[in-house]
Amino acid sequence: MVRQFYSRRGLLGMGLGAGAAALVAPVPALAVSAAQAEALIDRAVRDINAVIASGKSESGMIADFRRIFEAYADLPYLAAYALGVDGRRASPAQKRAFSDAFAGYISRKYGKRFRQFIGGNIEVGGSRKVKNAYEVSCTVYLRGEAPFDVTFFVGEKSGRFYNLYIEGVNMLLTERTEIGAMLDRRRGDLDAMIADLRKAG
Amino acid sequence: MTIARREYPTRRLTAAAAGALFLGLAACATPGPGEAPDGVYDPQEPANRRVHAFNKRLAEPLSGAGAGAGAVPGPVRQGVDNLADTLSLPQTVANQLLQGRLGRASRNSLRFTVNATLGLAGLFDVASGMGLPEDESDFGETLHVWGFPEGAYMELPVIGPSTERHAVGRFVDLFTDPVSLALPRPDRYYVTGVKVTDKALSLGKYGDSIDDVLSGSADSYAQLRLIYLQNRRFELGEDSGADESYIDPEAIDTEGF
Repeated sequence: MVRQFYSRRGLLGMGLGAGAAALVAPVPALAVSAAQAEALIDRAVRDINAVIASGKSESGMIADFRRIFEAYADLPYLAAYALGVDGRRASPAQKRAFSDAFAGYISRKYGKRFRQFIGGNIEVGGSRKVKNAYEVSCTVYLRGEAPFDVTFFVGEKSGRFYNLYIEGVNMLLTERTEIGAMLDRRRGDLDAMIADLRKAG
Repeated sequence: MTIARREYPTRRLTAAAAGALFLGLAACATPGPGEAPDGVYDPQEPANRRVHAFNKRLAEPLSGAGAGAGAVPGPVRQGVDNLADTLSLPQTVANQLLQGRLGRASRNSLRFTVNATLGLAGLFDVASGMGLPEDESDFGETLHVWGFPEGAYMELPVIGPSTERHAVGRFVDLFTDPVSLALPRPDRYYVTGVKVTDKALSLGKYGDSIDDVLSGSADSYAQLRLIYLQNRRFELGEDSGADESYIDPEAIDTEGF
């Protein structure tokens, strides 16, 4: 419910164009509460656990993970952050293509990681407010392994998670480094990098 | 265990530790302003990249080693893992004492006692089920607690990613393991054997993730460096997302994405 209400895509889905979105902008943004942030991650984790337990094929799981990312993550933010300063010279079409390729890439890459959690379980711990975000800590329990931490960051305004730490490893920084390296390999050619990204992960 | 035998390694260890500390820590570089973008300080990058290329070539034949380790039955793998952990506990306790972390040191002493007895000489991890989970430490962490800077990033041959401080710590740990020092010569080598086997088996287990980074990344050197540094700082409690590394969810223009 939260996400349908606050997300940009939700508003666009309601038939509001760019002009109308500008009119909407001055309305004070409704901030998400700590309980809502925790509830979001609760639902996301429940969905992830269900996928892990489903015993589907890898491609089936990756498709499910993409739906989970689309439902709970602030994908426009993730994509914009990962592209970094190179996003400034991207055309609107390139930005759209990059966002789409990036969503697929991240679902494949992190879907494969989460797939290694088969037989395990993720539990949501507590949350704390950090500036304009909530940090929701989770613990991953795997059989015969020491439990480890996964932390989600939920934006106060967006009501979606925009970053993820696995044992201290920050997804946004890692992916910005990777996208930067992919761009370098193509000597800065955005279209070539986007084509590579569709096959990566 | 005779007195003479005990004396010899102690002297050797003191000399080695002092030498390593002096040489290593004197060289621990600290970044100047603007020299560590994204928290990465790597002035020796060209040399490190050559070591990385070498390590990558070493790892290539091991690619898909996950399958090899998969041939070892799960309970055997788990036993070796538990044994290696139990054998490393005295060193962890020694380091936690040096760090002044008395609570963690005594929990680990208890963990050692429980697993060495009820856990049949360390084959089973009984203590985890009793609320005493694995909690490792090393001399690199002790140096961190004592206030030494992390130093520059470095990739070591065979061993892999490190920092200057972590490398000095590893070197000191090599000569100061209480278990190896207490045991007579042949047993000491069994300990080393268990630890090396455990390393090999866990390489198999995490092999897929390591393969993903090494072969799946457009720049595996930069990926590995970033992942290692973040994870190491997290383990040392040096960095949580809340501090200087905080990423503002509203600071970026997402228009068009």
